[in-house]
Amino acid sequence: MDTSTELSSQERLQTRSDETVPAYPMDRAPRCPFDPAPELRSLDEGGPLNRVRLWDRSTPWLVTGYAEQRQLLADPRVSADTKNPGYPHPTPATRARREQARTFLSMDDPEHARMRRMVTGSFAIKRVEAMRPAIQQIVDNLIDQLLDGPRPVDLVQAFALPVPSLVICELLGVPYADHAFFQRNSSTLVNSGSSAEAGLEAQSNLVEYLNDLIGRKLASPADDLLSLLAAEQVATGALTQRELAVTSVLLLIAGHETTANMIALGTVALLEHPEQLADLRGTDDPAFVAGAVEELLRYLNITHFGRRRVALTDIPVGGHTIRAGEGIVLANEVGNRDQEVFPDPDRLDLHRDARRHVAFGFGPHQCLGQPLARVELQVAYRTLYRRIPDLRLAVALEDVRFKHDGLVYGVYELPVTW
Amino acid sequence: MRVTVDQEKCVGSGQCVLSAEKVFDQRDEDGIVVLLDPEPPADQHDDVRQAAIVCPAMAIDLVE
Repeated sequence: MDTSTELSSQERLQTRSDETVPAYPMDRAPRCPFDPAPELRSLDEGGPLNRVRLWDRSTPWLVTGYAEQRQLLADPRVSADTKNPGYPHPTPATRARREQARTFLSMDDPEHARMRRMVTGSFAIKRVEAMRPAIQQIVDNLIDQLLDGPRPVDLVQAFALPVPSLVICELLGVPYADHAFFQRNSSTLVNSGSSAEAGLEAQSNLVEYLNDLIGRKLASPADDLLSLLAAEQVATGALTQRELAVTSVLLLIAGHETTANMIALGTVALLEHPEQLADLRGTDDPAFVAGAVEELLRYLNITHFGRRRVALTDIPVGGHTIRAGEGIVLANEVGNRDQEVFPDPDRLDLHRDARRHVAFGFGPHQCLGQPLARVELQVAYRTLYRRIPDLRLAVALEDVRFKHDGLVYGVYELPVTW
Repeated sequence: MRVTVDQEKCVGSGQCVLSAEKVFDQRDEDGIVVLLDPEPPADQHDDVRQAAIVCPAMAIDLVE
Protein backbone atom coordinates (compact mmCIF):
# COMPACT_ATOMS: atom_id res chain seq x y z
CA MET A 1 0.00 0.00 0.00
CA ASP A 2 1.29 3.44 -0.88
CA THR A 3 0.71 5.31 2.37
CA SER A 4 2.09 8.60 1.02
CA THR A 5 -1.22 9.30 -0.72
CA GLU A 6 -2.95 9.24 2.65
CA LEU A 7 -0.69 11.81 4.29
CA SER A 8 -1.77 15.41 4.73
CA SER A 9 0.40 18.07 3.10
CA GLN A 10 1.79 19.01 6.49
CA GLU A 11 2.76 15.39 7.16
CA ARG A 12 4.39 15.20 3.74
CA LEU A 13 6.48 18.27 4.54
CA GLN A 14 7.42 16.78 7.86
CA THR A 15 8.33 13.48 6.23
CA ARG A 16 10.44 15.21 3.59
CA SER A 17 12.45 17.13 6.18
CA ASP A 18 12.86 13.94 8.20
CA GLU A 19 14.46 12.16 5.26
CA THR A 20 17.75 13.85 6.18
CA VAL A 21 17.57 12.32 9.65
CA PRO A 22 19.28 8.90 9.70
CA ALA A 23 17.08 5.84 10.15
CA TYR A 24 17.51 3.90 13.42
CA PRO A 25 18.46 1.19 14.21
CA MET A 26 21.50 1.02 11.93
CA ASP A 27 23.14 -2.13 10.59
CA ARG A 28 26.31 -3.52 12.12
CA ALA A 29 29.25 -4.16 9.81
CA PRO A 30 29.10 -7.90 8.95
CA ARG A 31 32.87 -8.23 9.50
CA CYS A 32 32.67 -6.65 12.97
CA PRO A 33 29.78 -8.52 14.59
CA PHE A 34 30.76 -7.46 18.13
CA ASP A 35 30.95 -3.74 17.41
CA PRO A 36 28.10 -1.21 17.33
CA ALA A 37 26.92 -0.08 13.89
CA PRO A 38 29.58 2.10 12.20
CA GLU A 39 26.95 4.75 11.39
CA LEU A 40 26.08 4.92 15.09
CA ARG A 41 29.73 5.47 15.98
CA SER A 42 30.03 8.25 13.35
CA LEU A 43 26.99 10.00 14.79
CA ASP A 44 28.56 9.82 18.24
CA GLU A 45 31.72 11.48 16.93
CA GLY A 46 29.57 14.52 16.11
CA GLY A 47 28.24 14.73 19.67
CA PRO A 48 26.45 12.70 22.33
CA LEU A 49 22.92 13.63 21.16
CA ASN A 50 21.51 13.31 17.64
CA ARG A 51 18.11 12.96 16.01
CA VAL A 52 17.23 9.63 14.41
CA ARG A 53 14.18 8.39 12.51
CA LEU A 54 12.26 5.33 13.71
CA TRP A 55 10.01 2.88 11.84
CA ASP A 56 6.98 5.12 12.49
CA ARG A 57 8.84 8.21 11.17
CA SER A 58 9.08 9.75 14.61
CA THR A 59 12.42 11.47 15.24
CA PRO A 60 13.47 10.97 18.86
CA TRP A 61 16.83 11.92 20.32
CA LEU A 62 19.49 9.26 20.14
CA VAL A 63 21.86 9.49 23.10
CA THR A 64 25.26 7.86 22.59
CA GLY A 65 27.39 9.48 25.31
CA TYR A 66 28.08 7.45 28.44
CA ALA A 67 27.73 10.40 30.85
CA GLU A 68 24.57 11.70 29.15
CA GLN A 69 23.01 8.23 29.24
CA ARG A 70 23.61 7.87 32.96
CA GLN A 71 22.33 11.38 33.60
CA LEU A 72 19.09 10.86 31.66
CA LEU A 73 18.36 7.31 32.85
CA ALA A 74 18.60 8.46 36.47
CA ASP A 75 16.51 11.62 35.93
CA PRO A 76 12.94 11.39 37.33
CA ARG A 77 11.84 13.87 34.63
CA VAL A 78 12.56 11.14 32.09
CA SER A 79 9.68 8.67 31.85
CA ALA A 80 9.58 4.98 30.93
CA ASP A 81 5.79 5.05 30.72
CA THR A 82 4.78 3.80 27.29
CA LYS A 83 1.40 5.53 27.60
CA ASN A 84 3.05 8.94 27.29
CA PRO A 85 2.72 10.46 23.80
CA GLY A 86 6.16 10.66 22.22
CA TYR A 87 7.41 7.38 23.70
CA PRO A 88 9.68 5.86 21.02
CA HIS A 89 8.38 2.32 20.52
CA PRO A 90 10.97 -0.07 19.04
CA THR A 91 8.54 -1.91 16.73
CA PRO A 92 4.82 -2.04 15.85
CA ALA A 93 4.60 -5.28 17.85
CA THR A 94 6.06 -3.80 21.04
CA ARG A 95 3.72 -0.81 20.75
CA ALA A 96 0.68 -3.08 20.41
CA ARG A 97 1.83 -5.31 23.28
CA ARG A 98 2.44 -2.43 25.69
CA GLU A 99 -1.08 -1.16 24.98
CA GLN A 100 -2.44 -4.56 26.04
CA ALA A 101 -0.32 -5.30 29.06
CA ARG A 102 2.09 -3.13 31.01
CA THR A 103 4.74 -4.36 33.41
CA PHE A 104 6.93 -2.34 35.77
CA LEU A 105 9.29 -1.86 32.81
CA SER A 106 6.75 0.62 31.45
CA MET A 107 5.83 2.40 34.68
CA ASP A 108 7.30 5.31 36.59
CA ASP A 109 7.72 5.57 40.34
CA PRO A 110 5.90 5.20 42.66
CA GLU A 111 3.90 2.56 40.69
CA HIS A 112 7.12 1.08 39.29
CA ALA A 113 8.79 0.83 42.71
CA ARG A 114 5.74 -0.85 44.25
CA MET A 115 5.57 -3.51 41.53
CA ARG A 116 9.32 -4.06 41.31
CA ARG A 117 9.81 -4.39 45.06
CA MET A 118 7.48 -7.39 45.11
CA VAL A 119 10.20 -9.40 43.43
CA THR A 120 13.53 -7.72 44.24
CA GLY A 121 14.10 -9.88 47.33
CA SER A 122 14.31 -13.00 45.18
CA PHE A 123 17.20 -11.50 43.20
CA ALA A 124 19.20 -10.21 46.19
CA ILE A 125 22.88 -11.17 46.27
CA LYS A 126 22.68 -13.68 49.14
CA ARG A 127 19.57 -15.34 47.71
CA VAL A 128 21.23 -15.72 44.32
CA GLU A 129 24.54 -16.88 45.81
CA ALA A 130 22.58 -19.61 47.59
CA MET A 131 21.50 -20.81 44.14
CA ARG A 132 25.10 -21.09 42.88
CA PRO A 133 25.50 -24.83 43.69
CA ALA A 134 22.21 -25.63 41.91
CA ILE A 135 23.31 -23.55 38.91
CA GLN A 136 26.67 -25.36 38.89
CA GLN A 137 24.79 -28.67 38.88
CA ILE A 138 22.63 -27.60 35.94
CA VAL A 139 25.72 -26.49 33.99
CA ASP A 140 27.62 -29.71 34.80
CA ASN A 141 24.70 -31.92 33.78
CA LEU A 142 24.33 -30.14 30.44
CA ILE A 143 28.07 -30.44 29.75
CA ASP A 144 27.92 -34.17 30.60
CA GLN A 145 25.19 -34.52 27.98
CA LEU A 146 27.20 -32.46 25.47
CA LEU A 147 30.26 -34.68 25.93
CA ASP A 148 28.16 -37.82 25.54
CA GLY A 149 26.35 -36.51 22.46
CA PRO A 150 27.15 -36.11 18.76
CA ARG A 151 29.58 -33.59 17.31
CA PRO A 152 29.21 -30.97 16.01
CA VAL A 153 26.37 -29.67 18.14
CA ASP A 154 24.42 -26.41 18.29
CA LEU A 155 25.65 -24.83 21.50
CA VAL A 156 22.58 -22.56 21.66
CA GLN A 157 20.09 -25.44 21.89
CA ALA A 158 22.35 -27.80 23.84
CA PHE A 159 23.71 -25.37 26.44
CA ALA A 160 23.22 -21.59 26.14
CA LEU A 161 19.41 -21.68 26.12
CA PRO A 162 18.80 -24.54 28.60
CA VAL A 163 21.07 -23.10 31.34
CA PRO A 164 19.08 -19.93 32.08
CA SER A 165 15.77 -21.58 31.14
CA LEU A 166 16.27 -24.32 33.73
CA VAL A 167 17.35 -21.76 36.33
CA ILE A 168 14.42 -19.37 35.84
CA CYS A 169 11.96 -22.29 35.70
CA GLU A 170 13.31 -23.54 39.03
CA LEU A 171 13.15 -20.07 40.58
CA LEU A 172 9.64 -19.23 39.35
CA GLY A 173 8.18 -22.72 39.59
CA VAL A 174 7.46 -23.03 35.86
CA PRO A 175 7.61 -26.64 34.54
CA TYR A 176 10.70 -26.92 32.31
CA ALA A 177 8.80 -29.56 30.33
CA ASP A 178 6.92 -26.62 28.76
CA HIS A 179 10.14 -25.01 27.49
CA ALA A 180 9.45 -25.52 23.77
CA PHE A 181 6.17 -23.62 24.18
CA PHE A 182 7.52 -20.65 26.12
CA GLN A 183 10.79 -20.38 24.17
CA ARG A 184 8.88 -20.31 20.87
CA ASN A 185 6.54 -17.54 22.03
CA SER A 186 9.37 -15.69 23.71
CA SER A 187 11.49 -15.67 20.56
CA THR A 188 8.54 -14.11 18.68
CA LEU A 189 8.42 -11.35 21.29
CA VAL A 190 12.12 -10.50 21.03
CA ASN A 191 12.28 -10.52 17.22
CA SER A 192 12.01 -7.01 15.80
CA GLY A 193 10.46 -8.36 12.61
CA SER A 194 7.39 -9.80 14.34
CA SER A 195 4.10 -8.24 13.25
CA ALA A 196 1.80 -6.59 15.79
CA GLU A 197 -0.59 -9.54 15.43
CA ALA A 198 2.12 -12.14 16.01
CA GLY A 199 3.48 -10.20 19.00
CA LEU A 200 0.03 -9.90 20.57
CA GLU A 201 -0.69 -13.58 20.01
CA ALA A 202 2.62 -14.68 21.56
CA GLN A 203 2.06 -12.38 24.53
CA SER A 204 -1.49 -13.63 24.98
CA ASN A 205 -0.30 -17.26 24.83
CA LEU A 206 2.23 -16.63 27.59
CA VAL A 207 -0.13 -14.60 29.79
CA GLU A 208 -2.81 -17.30 29.56
CA TYR A 209 -0.27 -20.02 30.32
CA LEU A 210 1.06 -18.22 33.41
CA ASN A 211 -2.43 -17.23 34.51
CA ASP A 212 -3.39 -20.93 34.56
CA LEU A 213 -0.19 -21.84 36.36
CA ILE A 214 -0.71 -19.15 39.02
CA GLY A 215 -4.26 -20.41 39.51
CA ARG A 216 -2.88 -23.87 40.25
CA LYS A 217 -0.30 -22.43 42.65
CA LEU A 218 -3.03 -20.56 44.52
CA ALA A 219 -4.80 -23.86 45.00
CA SER A 220 -1.70 -25.87 45.91
CA PRO A 221 1.39 -23.73 46.64
CA ALA A 222 4.94 -25.04 46.20
CA ASP A 223 8.28 -23.59 47.33
CA ASP A 224 8.77 -21.17 44.42
CA LEU A 225 8.44 -17.48 43.58
CA LEU A 226 5.12 -17.74 41.73
CA SER A 227 3.53 -19.54 44.69
CA LEU A 228 4.88 -16.88 47.04
CA LEU A 229 3.64 -14.01 44.87
CA ALA A 230 0.27 -15.70 44.38
CA ALA A 231 -0.16 -15.97 48.15
CA GLU A 232 1.23 -12.51 49.00
CA GLN A 233 -0.26 -10.49 46.16
CA VAL A 234 -3.22 -12.26 44.53
CA ALA A 235 -4.76 -13.91 47.60
CA THR A 236 -4.59 -10.57 49.47
CA GLY A 237 -6.08 -8.60 46.58
CA ALA A 238 -2.98 -6.42 46.07
CA LEU A 239 -2.76 -7.62 42.45
CA THR A 240 -5.19 -9.40 40.19
CA GLN A 241 -4.19 -12.85 38.98
CA ARG A 242 -3.84 -11.43 35.47
CA GLU A 243 -1.57 -8.59 36.66
CA LEU A 244 0.71 -11.14 38.28
CA ALA A 245 0.59 -13.29 35.12
CA VAL A 246 1.71 -10.29 33.02
CA THR A 247 4.61 -9.57 35.40
CA SER A 248 5.54 -13.27 35.42
CA VAL A 249 5.78 -13.30 31.62
CA LEU A 250 8.41 -10.56 31.91
CA LEU A 251 10.39 -12.51 34.53
CA LEU A 252 10.26 -15.70 32.46
CA ILE A 253 11.35 -14.04 29.21
CA ALA A 254 13.96 -11.69 30.67
CA GLY A 255 15.21 -14.58 32.77
CA HIS A 256 16.30 -16.69 29.83
CA GLU A 257 16.53 -14.71 26.58
CA THR A 258 19.24 -12.33 27.70
CA THR A 259 21.54 -14.75 29.51
CA ALA A 260 21.19 -17.36 26.75
CA ASN A 261 22.40 -14.83 24.21
CA MET A 262 25.26 -13.73 26.47
CA ILE A 263 26.46 -17.32 26.89
CA ALA A 264 26.45 -18.05 23.15
CA LEU A 265 27.71 -14.66 21.92
CA GLY A 266 30.33 -14.54 24.69
CA THR A 267 31.59 -17.91 23.50
CA VAL A 268 31.96 -16.64 19.93
CA ALA A 269 33.82 -13.55 21.19
CA LEU A 270 36.16 -15.63 23.36
CA LEU A 271 36.87 -18.12 20.58
CA GLU A 272 37.87 -15.14 18.41
CA HIS A 273 40.19 -13.94 21.21
CA PRO A 274 42.04 -17.16 22.11
CA GLU A 275 44.62 -15.48 24.37
CA GLN A 276 41.80 -13.99 26.47
CA LEU A 277 40.00 -17.32 26.56
CA ALA A 278 43.22 -18.99 27.75
CA ASP A 279 43.42 -16.51 30.65
CA LEU A 280 39.83 -17.27 31.63
CA ARG A 281 40.29 -21.03 31.28
CA GLY A 282 43.48 -20.99 33.32
CA THR A 283 42.37 -18.98 36.32
CA ASP A 284 41.31 -20.23 39.73
CA ASP A 285 40.42 -16.73 40.90
CA PRO A 286 36.65 -16.14 41.21
CA ALA A 287 37.29 -12.36 41.21
CA PHE A 288 38.97 -12.64 37.79
CA VAL A 289 36.02 -14.64 36.44
CA ALA A 290 33.60 -12.04 37.84
CA GLY A 291 35.62 -9.25 36.21
CA ALA A 292 35.74 -11.15 32.92
CA VAL A 293 31.93 -11.40 32.96
CA GLU A 294 31.66 -7.61 33.46
CA GLU A 295 33.99 -7.03 30.51
CA LEU A 296 32.02 -9.39 28.28
CA LEU A 297 28.80 -7.63 29.33
CA ARG A 298 30.37 -4.26 28.44
CA TYR A 299 31.92 -5.39 25.19
CA LEU A 300 28.93 -7.31 23.85
CA ASN A 301 26.08 -5.21 25.28
CA ILE A 302 23.39 -7.45 23.85
CA THR A 303 20.46 -5.01 24.27
CA HIS A 304 21.22 -3.18 21.03
CA PHE A 305 17.83 -1.59 20.25
CA GLY A 306 18.41 1.12 22.84
CA ARG A 307 16.72 1.95 26.12
CA ARG A 308 13.54 3.94 25.40
CA ARG A 309 12.24 6.93 27.32
CA VAL A 310 10.26 10.17 26.89
CA ALA A 311 10.92 13.60 28.45
CA LEU A 312 8.26 14.92 30.85
CA THR A 313 9.69 18.46 30.90
CA ASP A 314 12.37 20.39 29.02
CA ILE A 315 15.77 18.94 29.95
CA PRO A 316 19.10 20.53 29.01
CA VAL A 317 21.73 17.88 28.32
CA GLY A 318 24.87 17.54 26.19
CA GLY A 319 24.54 21.03 24.66
CA HIS A 320 20.91 20.50 23.59
CA THR A 321 17.50 20.85 25.21
CA ILE A 322 15.25 17.82 25.03
CA ARG A 323 11.71 19.23 24.96
CA ALA A 324 8.78 17.88 26.95
CA GLY A 325 7.12 15.06 25.01
CA GLU A 326 10.17 14.21 22.91
CA GLY A 327 11.31 10.61 22.70
CA ILE A 328 14.75 9.49 23.86
CA VAL A 329 16.63 6.38 22.71
CA LEU A 330 19.77 5.53 24.68
CA ALA A 331 22.31 3.42 22.79
CA ASN A 332 24.07 1.63 25.63
CA GLU A 333 26.31 -0.34 23.27
CA VAL A 334 27.93 2.94 22.19
CA GLY A 335 28.07 4.28 25.76
CA ASN A 336 30.00 1.13 26.69
CA ARG A 337 32.58 2.00 24.02
CA ASP A 338 33.21 5.53 25.41
CA GLN A 339 37.00 5.90 25.45
CA GLU A 340 36.90 8.47 28.25
CA VAL A 341 35.48 5.77 30.53
CA PHE A 342 36.98 2.62 29.00
CA PRO A 343 40.38 3.28 27.39
CA ASP A 344 40.91 1.41 24.10
CA PRO A 345 37.20 0.58 24.25
CA ASP A 346 37.02 -1.70 21.19
CA ARG A 347 39.50 -4.11 22.73
CA LEU A 348 38.07 -7.07 24.63
CA ASP A 349 40.26 -7.08 27.73
CA LEU A 350 39.18 -9.44 30.50
CA HIS A 351 41.76 -7.81 32.79
CA ARG A 352 40.21 -4.33 32.73
CA ASP A 353 37.84 -2.94 35.38
CA ALA A 354 34.58 -2.75 33.43
CA ARG A 355 32.19 -2.56 36.37
CA ARG A 356 30.86 0.87 35.40
CA HIS A 357 29.34 -0.47 32.17
CA VAL A 358 25.73 0.29 31.29
CA ALA A 359 24.87 -3.10 29.75
CA PHE A 360 22.20 -3.57 32.45
CA GLY A 361 21.03 0.02 31.93
CA PHE A 362 21.14 2.64 34.66
CA GLY A 363 18.65 4.40 36.91
CA PRO A 364 15.61 2.91 38.66
CA HIS A 365 14.91 0.49 35.80
CA GLN A 366 18.36 -1.08 35.82
CA CYS A 367 18.05 -4.84 35.26
CA LEU A 368 16.34 -6.57 38.16
CA GLY A 369 17.87 -9.94 37.37
CA GLN A 370 21.49 -8.81 37.11
CA PRO A 371 22.75 -10.71 40.19
CA LEU A 372 21.28 -13.92 38.77
CA ALA A 373 22.68 -13.21 35.30
CA ARG A 374 26.13 -12.63 36.78
CA VAL A 375 26.20 -15.93 38.66
CA GLU A 376 24.85 -17.87 35.66
CA LEU A 377 27.48 -16.36 33.36
CA GLN A 378 30.31 -16.87 35.85
CA VAL A 379 29.42 -20.54 36.27
CA ALA A 380 28.67 -21.18 32.58
CA TYR A 381 31.81 -19.55 31.12
CA ARG A 382 34.06 -20.86 33.87
CA THR A 383 32.89 -24.46 33.55
CA LEU A 384 32.30 -24.83 29.81
CA TYR A 385 35.79 -23.84 28.59
CA ARG A 386 37.57 -25.73 31.33
CA ARG A 387 35.66 -28.96 30.82
CA ILE A 388 35.83 -28.71 27.00
CA PRO A 389 39.23 -27.04 26.55
CA ASP A 390 39.40 -27.57 22.78
CA LEU A 391 35.90 -26.23 22.10
CA ARG A 392 35.85 -24.54 18.68
CA LEU A 393 33.48 -23.31 15.98
CA ALA A 394 32.39 -26.02 13.56
CA VAL A 395 31.68 -23.41 10.85
CA ALA A 396 33.48 -20.30 9.64
CA LEU A 397 32.73 -17.15 11.64
CA GLU A 398 31.13 -15.58 8.56
CA ASP A 399 28.63 -18.45 8.47
CA VAL A 400 27.39 -17.79 12.00
CA ARG A 401 23.97 -16.11 11.85
CA PHE A 402 23.96 -13.10 14.17
CA LYS A 403 20.67 -11.70 15.50
CA HIS A 404 20.81 -8.36 13.70
CA ASP A 405 16.99 -8.35 13.79
CA GLY A 406 16.71 -9.29 17.45
CA LEU A 407 15.67 -6.91 20.22
CA VAL A 408 18.34 -8.90 22.05
CA TYR A 409 21.59 -9.45 20.13
CA GLY A 410 23.21 -12.85 19.89
CA VAL A 411 23.46 -15.79 17.50
CA TYR A 412 20.67 -18.01 16.18
CA GLU A 413 22.76 -21.17 16.17
CA LEU A 414 26.32 -21.88 17.20
CA PRO A 415 27.68 -25.11 15.68
CA VAL A 416 30.67 -26.15 17.80
CA THR A 417 32.89 -29.19 18.06
CA TRP A 418 35.92 -30.26 20.11
CA MET B 1 34.59 9.12 55.02
CA ARG B 2 30.92 9.27 56.01
CA VAL B 3 28.38 7.17 54.07
CA THR B 4 24.62 7.64 53.87
CA VAL B 5 22.08 5.63 51.86
CA ASP B 6 18.57 6.47 50.67
CA GLN B 7 16.39 3.38 51.01
CA GLU B 8 13.53 5.11 49.16
CA LYS B 9 15.68 5.53 46.06
CA CYS B 10 17.26 2.05 46.24
CA VAL B 11 16.17 -0.39 43.53
CA GLY B 12 17.88 -3.46 44.95
CA SER B 13 20.40 -4.01 42.16
CA GLY B 14 22.86 -5.34 44.74
CA GLN B 15 25.87 -3.70 43.11
CA CYS B 16 26.90 -2.00 46.37
CA VAL B 17 27.11 -5.40 48.07
CA LEU B 18 29.25 -6.75 45.22
CA SER B 19 31.53 -3.71 45.48
CA ALA B 20 31.86 -3.39 49.27
CA GLU B 21 30.27 -6.26 51.19
CA LYS B 22 31.65 -5.07 54.54
CA VAL B 23 29.82 -1.76 54.21
CA PHE B 24 26.56 -2.65 52.43
CA ASP B 25 24.02 -5.44 52.76
CA GLN B 26 20.47 -6.03 51.52
CA ARG B 27 17.25 -6.52 53.49
CA ASP B 28 16.17 -10.13 53.23
CA GLU B 29 12.57 -9.46 52.28
CA ASP B 30 13.00 -6.95 49.45
CA GLY B 31 16.71 -6.56 48.67
CA ILE B 32 16.76 -2.89 49.71
CA VAL B 33 20.14 -1.55 50.85
CA VAL B 34 21.21 -1.78 54.49
CA LEU B 35 24.18 0.29 55.63
CA LEU B 36 26.48 -1.81 57.84
CA ASP B 37 29.17 0.78 58.48
CA PRO B 38 28.52 4.52 58.06
CA GLU B 39 32.19 5.33 58.75
CA PRO B 40 34.18 2.62 56.98
CA PRO B 41 37.94 2.27 57.57
CA ALA B 42 40.39 3.63 55.00
CA ASP B 43 41.03 0.26 53.36
CA GLN B 44 37.34 0.17 52.33
CA HIS B 45 37.19 3.63 50.78
CA ASP B 46 38.00 2.63 47.19
CA ASP B 47 35.34 -0.09 47.28
CA VAL B 48 32.76 2.32 48.71
CA ARG B 49 33.55 4.89 46.01
CA GLN B 50 33.06 2.13 43.43
CA ALA B 51 29.71 1.25 45.04
CA ALA B 52 28.57 4.87 44.80
CA ILE B 53 29.58 5.05 41.11
CA VAL B 54 27.78 1.87 40.08
CA CYS B 55 24.61 2.40 42.14
CA PRO B 56 21.99 2.86 39.40
CA ALA B 57 19.65 4.78 41.72
CA MET B 58 22.42 7.09 42.98
CA ALA B 59 21.22 6.19 46.46
CA ILE B 60 24.67 6.30 48.09
CA ASP B 61 26.11 9.61 49.31
CA LEU B 62 29.70 10.07 50.46
CA VAL B 63 31.28 12.88 52.42
CA GLU B 64 35.06 12.63 52.43
